[in-house]
Amino acid sequence: MKGKGKARFRSTLKGRTVDPQALAEVKKLLGKAPRRRDLLIEHLHLIQDAYGQLSAAHLAALAQELRMALAEVYEVATFYHHFDVVKDGTKPAALTVRVCDSIACELAGAQALLERLPALLGKEVRVLHAPCVGRCESAPVAVVGQNPVGFATADKVRKAVEQGATECPASDYVDYEKYKRAGGYKLIADCLAGKHTREAITKVMEDSGLRGLGGAGFPAGRKWRLVAAEAAPRLMAVNIDEGEPGTFKDRWYLERDPHRFLEGMLVAAWCAGVGEIYVYLRDEYAGCRKILEKEIQKLKAKPPCALPPIHLRRGAGAYICGEESAMIESIEGKRGMPRLRPPYVAQVGVFGYPTLEHNMETVFWVRQIVQQGAAWFAGHGRHGRKGLRSFSVSGRVNSPGVHLAPAGITLRELVDEYCGGMLGGHELYGYLPGGASGGILPASLADVPLDFDTLQPHGCFIGSAAIVVLSDRDKASDAAQNLMRFFRDESCGQCTPCRVGTAKALALMGERKWDQPLLNELSQAMMDASICGLGQAAPNPALSVMKFFPHEVN
Amino acid sequence: MERASDGQIATMPIEFKLDGKTVVGRPDETIIETAKRHGVEIPHLCYTPGLRPDGNCRACMVEIKGERVLAPSCCRYPAAGMEVTTDSARARASQKMVLELLLSDMPETDYRLDSELDQWARKLDLGLPRFPARRQPAADVSHPAIAVNLDACIQCTRCVRACREEQVNDVIGYAFRGEHSKIVFDFDDPMGESTCVACGECVQACPTGALMPAREAGLAKIDKTVESLCPFCGVGCQLTYHVGDNTIRFVSGRDGPANHGRLCVKGRYGFDYAHHPHRLTRPLIRKEGVAKGADFVVDPANWSEVFREATWDEALDIASKKLIEIRNQDRYALAGFGSAKGSNEEAYLFQKLVRAGFGTNNVDHCTRLCHASSVAALLEGVGSGAVSNQVNDVLRAEVVFIIGSNPTVNHPVAATWMKNAAQRGTKLIIADPRRTELARHATHFLQFNPDTDVALLNAMIHTIIDEGLVNRKFIKERTSGFEALKQNAKDYSPEKMAPVCGIPAETIREVARMFATSKGSMILWGMGISQHVHGTDNARCLIALTLMTGQVGRPGTGLHPLRGQNNVQGASDSGLIPMMYPDYQRVDNPEAQKRFQALWGAQLDLKPGLTVVEIMNAAKAGKIRGMYIMGENPAMSDPDVGHAREAMASLEHLVVQDIFLTETAYMADVVLPATAFPEKNGSFTNTDRMVQLARKAIEPPGEAREDLWIIVELAKRLGLQWSYEGPREVFEEMRKGMNSIAGITWERLERDSCVVYPCENEGDPGEPVVFRTHFPTATGRAKFVPADLIPADERPDRSYPMVLITGRQLEHWHTGAMTRRSGVLDAIEPEPVASMHPLDLEGLKAAPGDVVTVASRRGSISLYARADEGTPRGAVFIPFAFYEAAANLLTNPVLDPFGKIPEFKYCAVKVSKGGERPGNPGYGKGGTLQLMYG
Repeated sequence: MKGKGKARFRSTLKGRTVDPQALAEVKKLLGKAPRRRDLLIEHLHLIQDAYGQLSAAHLAALAQELRMALAEVYEVATFYHHFDVVKDGTKPAALTVRVCDSIACELAGAQALLERLPALLGKEVRVLHAPCVGRCESAPVAVVGQNPVGFATADKVRKAVEQGATECPASDYVDYEKYKRAGGYKLIADCLAGKHTREAITKVMEDSGLRGLGGAGFPAGRKWRLVAAEAAPRLMAVNIDEGEPGTFKDRWYLERDPHRFLEGMLVAAWCAGVGEIYVYLRDEYAGCRKILEKEIQKLKAKPPCALPPIHLRRGAGAYICGEESAMIESIEGKRGMPRLRPPYVAQVGVFGYPTLEHNMETVFWVRQIVQQGAAWFAGHGRHGRKGLRSFSVSGRVNSPGVHLAPAGITLRELVDEYCGGMLGGHELYGYLPGGASGGILPASLADVPLDFDTLQPHGCFIGSAAIVVLSDRDKASDAAQNLMRFFRDESCGQCTPCRVGTAKALALMGERKWDQPLLNELSQAMMDASICGLGQAAPNPALSVMKFFPHEVN
Repeated sequence: MERASDGQIATMPIEFKLDGKTVVGRPDETIIETAKRHGVEIPHLCYTPGLRPDGNCRACMVEIKGERVLAPSCCRYPAAGMEVTTDSARARASQKMVLELLLSDMPETDYRLDSELDQWARKLDLGLPRFPARRQPAADVSHPAIAVNLDACIQCTRCVRACREEQVNDVIGYAFRGEHSKIVFDFDDPMGESTCVACGECVQACPTGALMPAREAGLAKIDKTVESLCPFCGVGCQLTYHVGDNTIRFVSGRDGPANHGRLCVKGRYGFDYAHHPHRLTRPLIRKEGVAKGADFVVDPANWSEVFREATWDEALDIASKKLIEIRNQDRYALAGFGSAKGSNEEAYLFQKLVRAGFGTNNVDHCTRLCHASSVAALLEGVGSGAVSNQVNDVLRAEVVFIIGSNPTVNHPVAATWMKNAAQRGTKLIIADPRRTELARHATHFLQFNPDTDVALLNAMIHTIIDEGLVNRKFIKERTSGFEALKQNAKDYSPEKMAPVCGIPAETIREVARMFATSKGSMILWGMGISQHVHGTDNARCLIALTLMTGQVGRPGTGLHPLRGQNNVQGASDSGLIPMMYPDYQRVDNPEAQKRFQALWGAQLDLKPGLTVVEIMNAAKAGKIRGMYIMGENPAMSDPDVGHAREAMASLEHLVVQDIFLTETAYMADVVLPATAFPEKNGSFTNTDRMVQLARKAIEPPGEAREDLWIIVELAKRLGLQWSYEGPREVFEEMRKGMNSIAGITWERLERDSCVVYPCENEGDPGEPVVFRTHFPTATGRAKFVPADLIPADERPDRSYPMVLITGRQLEHWHTGAMTRRSGVLDAIEPEPVASMHPLDLEGLKAAPGDVVTVASRRGSISLYARADEGTPRGAVFIPFAFYEAAANLLTNPVLDPFGKIPEFKYCAVKVSKGGERPGNPGYGKGGTLQLMYG
């Protein structure tokens, strides 16, 4: 019996094996953190932060440590933009600069930055384009490491890189002590002390007409009742994955008055009988994360009253996680793929429990509404609408930013009264009333009241009240392409109409003359058959162009 | 008023409108299912019965009156009064658009016949897609069994669900996002380099051919499909052979009660051994003057140096003449080995031939080498050697205790039920010296020291008594002998046993509590329990655990020794054991003797016969002189196989009936070419006591004949007046001698493919769970038998400092005769390997892949080292399938005193770096694919 040449056989078990050194490194990084699979994304952040990438060796080690399969770890890691999965042993870039090329930044010259920066910054610095980073008031924005450089020029970015300014500068905000001194946390303490009833506070919310400010507009008080009616245990999930292009109001408030949000959150949780709270913050908001980490710590250290467990969870770069059920998947450590409804989140949410899901701004208003009364909030409004709205305004206006204005205000009023009018030399051409998803309206419809339910007749909606103003120097069809590219990039890839539809629609929109019948047919199927709002709303800009700006694409 | 149970609510009718007609649905039935029942077809791709509906493809969208958007009918349940339209213009537009979007990205090439996407496109009259195609990924043909063509992938994730939720092999992921979303293996690795175990469930699930059997087998012309069984392990999976041109082209899983469509790599891809050119096609007679010896080197391709071809008449005449001659001198000098690979009918006739034709009870088979000790303990304790509950009862258990078993490798489809149970929250306790794949799914993994089973189990027994967790009522009403157990257990506190077995006392106490107090605890075990000198004691402890806690006699409880061979249960039931007639009726019981003398019309011997190893020893001593061996390969499977080979070489007359010229056949005087599993009909009994029917799919090669025919012809020449036309007549006779299957008719087997025994009267449903009210013992009570610590026969010492554990690997069956001649299986595991802990390898200054030499007091082999962190320090694991490095040259032939099973799981060896590269046995070595498919 003589061997016949070199035999093929495996000298290890099937598949990748765990490198002992990588395992030791991962164990050290994780320390005493629980080895639970719902913490996968948190653990991936630890590795990414420490090594600037996720090497295959570390991922395999992490899988073993969490008793997960390789594929289970890999599919999550590759879902999120902010994880750099590296299989072949390449060294990570010393620094990453992310240039936002979503609509507001693109209008402000993001493409030019993207073209110039790589050569200027050299090989050590990786320049990536990124979806909206939520700083549209200072467009264009380039994020150097975690430092957002507003009104970015190639020079400003180069300086930041050279100076090693890669951290997000701290903002000036009302901290725990200051907030408490000014009567903060009295409301929740009173609630727990029996000075208010759940019923009374819930009623105030209902009377105020406060609706969900993440975009869907579901009445807040009714949501509390729905969740409270479900069996315990109930959870709460706060959505601060503010990713809708043009929207930055949540960041705006967090950077200024974080405890007002936290107290509102606690009151909402109390009213709905919630036992545990998850706060999901988008990874782009590194500054806010520092604030929240610090302030929640202070709150826990000196609690004004009994607190439910509060978990701060960090997103990892995925617009879709702003969709409530995708966010819940992400909180559970999974790919952010929206769930099918029914069942609704209020019935089956985080870890399968009934869940009160709220946008951050919605609960931000709770304290003020309770203290000043439902009538105070409902007393605002124009053109027959009620309440206040925080408009994130960007684009061709003199004063972009978050403007708290009466619900029902028109675009023309908003621009003139709050935004200092149009930029010099620019004439109003059209506007996005609700970020990327809300469609595009022409200047001729600048006198329509802006609120929930008022824009549907025009095929648009207000959503998170992200207003992007276009001028006669812009083309609506260019904007629509930018938005469809965003949707294609941010589609989770779960359902056919959205995954394939956005790509095919973008291809059709790249033609000089659009195949409008086919685009219409495709749009209808995307709206009718997509699982979540992303795919359902993705055709809106294209439909608006064909409806209001047909001359551009005929 | 009584409240309706969840089960009742689930079946309450719900009236709703479907395309204008009122239909009756159910709260637990989706709209698409109700529609199907009413003859309404809705297009669908990601939905397939048997997998969790996911609702991602959106081809099945329907319009529900009053809803803003369309709804996926595969995921939506009806509500009373709902108005559903499946064919409205709006619903159809979406259905068609989804299909068109997917079609626009399909490749020109077809990877399978009639993809489901094409079928629906045709039904909905779709024209050419109007969208530009995506950029297509490259093909991945790195795996010998499965071709991956993701250009045909529609991202429906059926493969992901098959891999993760059905088989729970967790290899396939859905990675990246948006239009880049992609089916990946592990870290997007080539499938052939991934952790894929090639169960092929993903291939079976794929609707478009993106995952297909390799080498375009899926495109071959199929003449017929045949419903049959898997020929390998005791799980008893039902499968379908797809046959074209008298060749099995591929295999698919069938919805049998044990497997529900699931298969493993052997069942799905290990069928082509039947077509291997080494198949015996004519009877062979040993050439005059060609000596026999233990040091032979088998070369199956060069048989003509040892044998000459003969006619069947000549071969049978020579075979029988010499057997008669020896019988007439000393009938106790004859013996027969039947096979647990044969059918019930073959086993039955074989033992009948030995008993009635040879006149002795010297008949045994490989059950002796696997669960003989378990059976001894079970017969003694609970009066029946079979399982009390079926494997998939794990889904009804709260705690499942698996010890000495590696089911993901040895019972892969059974393991899927365990993993499914774990996913649903059942607590798995795994105890094994080796950390195996299932450990990842366990709540508690106890990696105890080899050979310390009784210490661990007695400590659990001690805890349950000590903490007052025994089931007093059950002990009082259903058992005897508890006091003796209690006395004995006193010496075995967890604190005292912890240093012995290597498991912390608190862990032992915790799992003992879990086991005792759960609503249902089930024990499953394998050869790790049975193949020790204290194998029977090990099993006694498991039985005691079950009895003292009353965890038996209900669904989701009980005792389940996982049977190895596809028909080891049936062969034992059929009397292929030396001390018992069919149905475990003792041969030394005159009543039983009378019964079978009447049934068979023959004089029968009252003296129990010899067991496998005893027969070998007797042959070596010249007391056994002639043997008839059917389908077994003791020259590879017996312990201290050098000795066994010498014994067989010393036989005056050896008749071997097999499909290949095995190592055993090589020493025969007459070799009778038999049929492979897919070439014959017969019934087989799986580990769950399911009697199932295998059906003939292909014609045997050359002059190979059905085993039943061969046994009958030989019997006739031995003077028996037999006239069986086929398995059916044999089975009818068996029913007369075996009460347990008396109620099973051949017609029912043909109709249902499966009947569970006990089934004593025709029409009985069969009993999946036994011992509900009493045990089949003389008193109706079960018996506790305490066990003490008995060390392994050969402990490591200075000269032989390591422990050898033998066993199997996923791809190779037993001695490798079949699987090393199967293209895919040989390609995945071509060479003999010794698994060792990487640190032990380091200690030898050897790298993974180096040749190492493993030697015991009995022999020495050289093979490749494989690094495996799951192997405990100080141990080496070697599968016994490889002739060129036969693990059984090393094993210790010492026997358990009760079960007479050898200690395959423990002997002392030394390992050194270097040695001769393993040689070439003339098959396997990764050459089979090339040989058979070019």
